[in-house]
Amino acid sequence: MGEHAGMSNRAAVIGVGNTAYGSFPERDEYALGAQAFRSALSDAGLDKRRVDGLVVCRIGYYARMGEVLGIDPHWSLTLPPHGRMSGVGLIEAVQALATGQATTVALIYANIGRSRRVNYGGDEAPSVWDPWGFTSPGASHAMMFRRHMELYGTTTRQLAEVSIAIRHHACLNPDAVMKKPITVEDHETARPIVLPLRLLDYCLINDGAVCLILTTAERARDGRKPPVFISGFGGLDAFRRSSIANFDIDCWHDEVAVAGRESFAMAGLRHDDVDALMCYDNFSPTVLFSLEGLGYCPRGEAGRFVEGGTLKLGGRLPTNTDGGHLSNSYMQGWALNVEAVRQLRGECGARQVSGCAVVQYVQATPCTRSIVYTRG
Amino acid sequence: MSNAKPLPVITALDRGFWDHARAGRLAVQVCRNCGHAHFPASPVCPECLGDVQDWQPVSGAGTLESWAEFHRAYWPGFAADLPYTACLIRLAEGPVLVSNLVGNPEKAKLGAPVHVVFEKITDEITLPKFSLD
Ligand SMILES: [Zn+2]
Repeated sequence: MGEHAGMSNRAAVIGVGNTAYGSFPERDEYALGAQAFRSALSDAGLDKRRVDGLVVCRIGYYARMGEVLGIDPHWSLTLPPHGRMSGVGLIEAVQALATGQATTVALIYANIGRSRRVNYGGDEAPSVWDPWGFTSPGASHAMMFRRHMELYGTTTRQLAEVSIAIRHHACLNPDAVMKKPITVEDHETARPIVLPLRLLDYCLINDGAVCLILTTAERARDGRKPPVFISGFGGLDAFRRSSIANFDIDCWHDEVAVAGRESFAMAGLRHDDVDALMCYDNFSPTVLFSLEGLGYCPRGEAGRFVEGGTLKLGGRLPTNTDGGHLSNSYMQGWALNVEAVRQLRGECGARQVSGCAVVQYVQATPCTRSIVYTRG
Repeated sequence: MSNAKPLPVITALDRGFWDHARAGRLAVQVCRNCGHAHFPASPVCPECLGDVQDWQPVSGAGTLESWAEFHRAYWPGFAADLPYTACLIRLAEGPVLVSNLVGNPEKAKLGAPVHVVFEKITDEITLPKFSLD
């Protein structure tokens, strides 16, 4: 029995949409958000008047978004502009649908960080550690990966396998920002940022927007496309150790383990059932930490696990088939959830996982979440 | 100022830490109710929620839990220091904190013993840093 009894398969994704990804200095988050919303409505074959729930993330002012879209939601939620909020928002939307607070929820995320030159460190993210020059999420991940190297003998050449597999998928995705294949040597000789991490371990920063539309399982049957059900979810936050931002000395191992266990129990599924993994990859080491926490491999063995193309299409566990944050688009988890839906609908063309029936999304962050999606 | 390194903004909450550092002592916040030691400063004890706390000097000994070598300067003031090493230290008294590893950072190893050293920045600010034993 799962931890969230009665919530399995209560809600489904009926529409997804995204803008192009790149640098759009003349468009703001409302313009991009509206474009993604229009695209998701069209995907769902839905009139916007049916949308009575609104979740916004990384958008300046929720009411302005509603004004631009011309909707007065019955239920709405504004999420802070942190990457970890996609899993949080989706789970909240399921619960709003299950309790009848809304019948159809649109979740909109927009990012204009590329054109506005956001760089996620220094004075943009003040912290108590600034006097020592310790700043940026990348530095936190460098510190975590260094521990992994020391504790388990993991190498940067193994870490390269993550970036290579995900870039390979981006090359198969017409929407992706980065489309040039990379090798282990490219990874090893890339510009050092905060060692042991180099440029190809870092996610992109680009503009764009994503929208998902969710409704109740009953209503989803009438959609234009087959529904994709949210069959399981789980999560755990790690706030007590958050004085160092984006860092956990145990790489969120226990939080990911709880999130994974809860979501599998709720869905009545196991690791073997998962056809593709959508793994929050703000930095390449996060993928290794997630694989271990979820239990796809024993703790400390993710470096060996990813060798030989495990994460590539056709491998044992195709991961981030859209190219992820590392090579497709920095949509902070939202685009990975869109990709989960497209894979389960069989819409992914050259990057389609054959017979895809179960997809897991995971974010190993201070708000760790796992979501299990299944084909309707 | 644009070429300066960021300086801490001292508040009532952490003034004790900087006062001790200026005198060449590393201090952490200790709860008078339950004895829990922690850093950075918290308005109440994160263990028992008690709000009577003191800044108590610690030994300055610890172990190296991790480190990272910066090749990018997020503030212009750090450009001349590149590459510099940030480290994660577990103090013998328990708290885990971030600092800089100075001396021979290329000899770093997980679990290596370290000790605090002090670098005066301004008349008001002295930064505790760490060196391998
Ligand atoms: Zn206490």
